[in-house]
Amino acid sequence: MRFLGFILSSAITIALIWVLNHPLAPAPALGKFFDPYNGFWQNAESTKHFKDMDLHIEGLRDKVEVYFDDRLVPHVYAKNNEDLLFMQGYITARNRLWQMEIQTQNAAGRICEVAGEKALKADRLSRRIGLAFGAENSKAFIEKDAESNDLIRAYCAGVNAYIKTLKPKDYPLEYKLLGYAPEEWTPLKVALLLKNMANMLSVYEFDIENTNFVSKFGEDQFHYFYPERDSFSDYIIPKGTKWAFGPDSALNVKTEAAPKGEKISNLDHDWGEESYDRTIEKPKELNGSNNWAVSGSKTRSGKPLLCNDPHLQLNLPSIWYEMHLVSPSMNVYGATLPGAPCVISGFNDSIAWGVTNGGRDVRDWFKITFKDDSHDEYLVDGKWEKIQRRIEHIKIKGGTEFLDTVLYTRYGPIVFDRSFGDVKSKQYLAMKWTAHQGSNEFKTFYLLNQGKNYDNYIDALTNYSCPSQNFVFACRNGDIAIKEQGNMPLTKMFVTDGSRSENDWNKVIPIANNPSVKNPERGFVSSANQFPVDETYPYPVTHVGIYEDSRAMRINRLLEASDKMDAAYMMKMQSDNYNVIASLMLPTMLRVIDRSKLKGEELDALKALDKWDYNDNKDSKATVYYEAWNDELKDMLWDEMSDPSLPMRRPNAFRTAYFLKEDSTSAFYDNLQTGEKETREMIVLESFDKAMNKLKQQYGTLAGIKDWGTHKATMVHHLSPALDAFSRMNVYCGGNRGIINATSHEHGPSWRMIVDFGDMKAYCLYPGGQSGNPGSKFYDNMIDKWANGEYYEAKFGPKEQMGKDKLFKLTADK
Amino acid sequence: MKLVSAIITVIIISAILENFLPWWTIAPVAFIVSYLFKLKWYQAFLAGFLGLFILWAGMSFFIDHSNEHILSDKVSVLFFKSVKPMALIIMTGVIGGLVAGFGGLAGSFLVKK
Repeated sequence: MRFLGFILSSAITIALIWVLNHPLAPAPALGKFFDPYNGFWQNAESTKHFKDMDLHIEGLRDKVEVYFDDRLVPHVYAKNNEDLLFMQGYITARNRLWQMEIQTQNAAGRICEVAGEKALKADRLSRRIGLAFGAENSKAFIEKDAESNDLIRAYCAGVNAYIKTLKPKDYPLEYKLLGYAPEEWTPLKVALLLKNMANMLSVYEFDIENTNFVSKFGEDQFHYFYPERDSFSDYIIPKGTKWAFGPDSALNVKTEAAPKGEKISNLDHDWGEESYDRTIEKPKELNGSNNWAVSGSKTRSGKPLLCNDPHLQLNLPSIWYEMHLVSPSMNVYGATLPGAPCVISGFNDSIAWGVTNGGRDVRDWFKITFKDDSHDEYLVDGKWEKIQRRIEHIKIKGGTEFLDTVLYTRYGPIVFDRSFGDVKSKQYLAMKWTAHQGSNEFKTFYLLNQGKNYDNYIDALTNYSCPSQNFVFACRNGDIAIKEQGNMPLTKMFVTDGSRSENDWNKVIPIANNPSVKNPERGFVSSANQFPVDETYPYPVTHVGIYEDSRAMRINRLLEASDKMDAAYMMKMQSDNYNVIASLMLPTMLRVIDRSKLKGEELDALKALDKWDYNDNKDSKATVYYEAWNDELKDMLWDEMSDPSLPMRRPNAFRTAYFLKEDSTSAFYDNLQTGEKETREMIVLESFDKAMNKLKQQYGTLAGIKDWGTHKATMVHHLSPALDAFSRMNVYCGGNRGIINATSHEHGPSWRMIVDFGDMKAYCLYPGGQSGNPGSKFYDNMIDKWANGEYYEAKFGPKEQMGKDKLFKLTADK
Repeated sequence: MKLVSAIITVIIISAILENFLPWWTIAPVAFIVSYLFKLKWYQAFLAGFLGLFILWAGMSFFIDHSNEHILSDKVSVLFFKSVKPMALIIMTGVIGGLVAGFGGLAGSFLVKK
């Protein structure tokens, strides 16, 4: 009897331990996870007790002191730059290790290792667009520059020194939940992070969509709906700026060949009658940004002001990590990219700089003609060229491996083929993309971080390649400037015949001749993803034309309006909610809608819109009516372009507003779903009805709707879709896309920075917190201030001032 | 009295060993304690269960307190779809308690009568 009891209870104990020690997907191994000595409880940080630390770290050359201020921003004081970047790696890993790793795993197509087979499609896509291929090229390229190579290795050594200190109980929470362990940090991962950025920011091309549009609607309609540039546009480089260079004979691009009027000038078009039933997905919302610098002639202090707010997907942990890095040759402060060395958007004691996305088309699709079904050879200039096969080994959680063969042409990888993406016969397209090429963006930031003046800034930018960015600049001595920098080949707007080598990127704009302006007469420079240059620029510009000029116009009007600007004025600007697009769209909508068909609540809603001031403020209800109506109207208007089997893109908001106002009879007003032939007046009314009905369904009555801030319900998502419990929901704030305060539902200003050279003060914050740990009070502590348009003053001082309100100090020595 | 001393012994030894050994060490600890204390089967189960319940729930309670529920709020949403830090603490205690309880029970059957 006792024997039986012993066997039975032992068996139960062992079974319990076994079950609790193994993950029950999606739940983690419960015993391990709940054990308060090793599991998730260990990630619950004390909110009050912070201890100074003295560490011995192998790999350091000298003593480094790190002061964490009351927001957990580290101020790192080192005696040389290797130690400084080493410590940047160590400290960043301390706060953001899981995020760093998952972002590179995403770029490398390695999510299956963590999440299992469900990520296979996404992993295959990451690999087939060649992000890892590009990162390998960058790594090899950087290795040729000894200084860059040493510094990047120092950063990696810092990350690895931190990883070495970790026992499983110290792992970031996400590792415990998903059941894996951190791995070594390498220069390849640094390169992957930049390719990850390129994949967010330089994927805007519409070659396939454009080709489909032309084959369906013809060339004239194409010119009408997607004009190269709009004459009313506020170009980044002010109209009439003289270029320091003439037409480039080496490129065989003459001024006369530059785009004129409504012609598609860049390059021949051999789209023929082709159309394509699949395209590559573009980011759901457009990643735009604002930056500007004001010269002393227009500021209260007489010294320049500089502002930057890059708009990205809002995530936790945040894409940015704030840092202050000090060595004998550097004293820089700003937003860093966790996993990569240096400050990306920031300032030092002499200069400040910020970035917005360039929005150039830097990716082309080449049609490949195979010799036969073996896909071993393809045609170029009448000869057969060999295909290179790259085998991707995708490891899947649980131990299996998926092998994917990707065909590489001289242009780049064939992304979709018989095995992936279900391609119609004979429609193989190879992708060529600047992100595939090796480049050393690190050097740009390393030099900017130590820059003293305009010449240093221009010199730093020569190393910059992808994704193309508008670098705004201001110097303590009074100079301001902006330059769009990147590797800009003369790309095409349509799918191109890859069997002719003359279609390849034989022409690249010399990096020195990218658009730039220094100290323009108007006293400010700015960019908000608009078209960069006027007609006098001697090179063709393949701009994707999806960016709206709305933010740029509003920014420039506000900057023109004052000659006594200060930091407070800049703060108001970054939170400005004026909706330029609405000011163009709504008057037409209100003019043509047939009010006699409306009554009661609907009419009241319309009256609210009559009185609306076009501000997407959080407490506005009229904004909710407008945004709902505008969404429905665009869906009805551009239904011709939403056939999933023939991907096309919609005209941008400006073109839409212009079209609605000027064209009262177009065939595009017809709704293809109905037998009837709709007119402009009809779809304006129908879209209003539909939008109001949707609001009524949601809220009961139109009068009972919630205000814009509540309705929009901005959210900041945790990076893992499975861990929404770690997201921050319902952030109450104004703004929307196309507005300076570009905060939409899950997208917005990911870093706000204002630098005032008058008193050498800076104000900044981002919608997140310095700690990546959901169990830290610094995980999301800046979100509320960010939502309210408030700022923190950066503590940009010498070491002696840092002791005062430090949270704790970390001292490290070899 | 024997039960109380057994519980305290389970708590102290588990708390020490957990710093170096895997979490399931708590089962052999309860097993050995119940054998050495010559506990009856129900005492043995209680010694393991209560010992580990007190240790794990208590430990997580103190951690949670100094964390001001920041993490337990989020993790409870993950497991229970709503903010219930206390439920998370109790679940922690029950998991530890069950493993040690059965470990202790097994140990009691080795005691010679």
